[in-house]
Amino acid sequence: MDIVVFFVASGCAIASAIAVVAQKNPFVSALALLANLASLAALMLLLEAQFVAAAQIIVYAGAVMVMFLFVIAYVGPRGEIGGGVRKPWLVALSVFAALLIAVEVIVVVFGASLGAVASVDTDYGSPAAIGKALVTDYLLAFEVVSVILFMAAVAGVVFGTGGRPVRLSTEQVLAKEGESAVARRREASRAALDAARDSTTGESAR
Amino acid sequence: MSVGIPLFLGVSAILFTIGLIGVLLRRSPLTILLSLEVMLNAVNLSLVAFSRQIGGSDGQVFALVVMGIAAAEVVVGLGLVVAMTRRSMVLDTDELRTLNG
Repeated sequence: MDIVVFFVASGCAIASAIAVVAQKNPFVSALALLANLASLAALMLLLEAQFVAAAQIIVYAGAVMVMFLFVIAYVGPRGEIGGGVRKPWLVALSVFAALLIAVEVIVVVFGASLGAVASVDTDYGSPAAIGKALVTDYLLAFEVVSVILFMAAVAGVVFGTGGRPVRLSTEQVLAKEGESAVARRREASRAALDAARDSTTGESAR
Repeated sequence: MSVGIPLFLGVSAILFTIGLIGVLLRRSPLTILLSLEVMLNAVNLSLVAFSRQIGGSDGQVFALVVMGIAAAEVVVGLGLVVAMTRRSMVLDTDELRTLNG
């Protein structure tokens, strides 16, 4: 039973990872990443890490992916512009280097004698056990992660709000350029409106 | 447990490679960030697998910390993407060569 679940989940994980990398549309990539996260959570459940699997679903699928989808929706079709491919020798070199790492890891993993898997009791991987480890042995790492998350939130706000195009009010335009500039702008916008109206009526008549 | 730990590590290595190819070859910053997530999750899987091998909870705590760092990295990366969009720059990593020596 375990082996069936393992092969189904790992097949889904690998297929969805390929979809994440290969899709042109970032929206489809993000949805494929959701499938990848879900199958990885199933693999973690096979390893009896219940709390990490639940956190994977809640933190990634619930929070991080929603943020991803919001930004992809905000960026819109501009996100697809960079879908092109590099020079052929660069592609070949990158794939070769990546496959080299994969072969290396697989040879090491299957060549090493890891020994017998430790036997664990039912408490293993439960929220209580993980929480106890987090606030006793790993308290410093826990606190450092919270500080880093805070800094990242500040950085996100700073990056996200900069560079707004400045819009001047009528008074500011008057102070800067004088009465004639405002009149000229009004005239230009009225002309643009008229042109737009003409083109739409012309199209409907046609 | 009928599935061996090396099989999990092999799946983790394959996922890591797929993500690495995505980071190296794609040009859209959004897709690069998504491929980075694939890589980080592959490493998380191997951390949990090693944790199961030795029967301790250390690897799982490590995986949770990696999740937190990944969330921070996504916030900064998406903030950069939003900033690029607001300055109406092209979302293409090959075009960002102002600092290129």
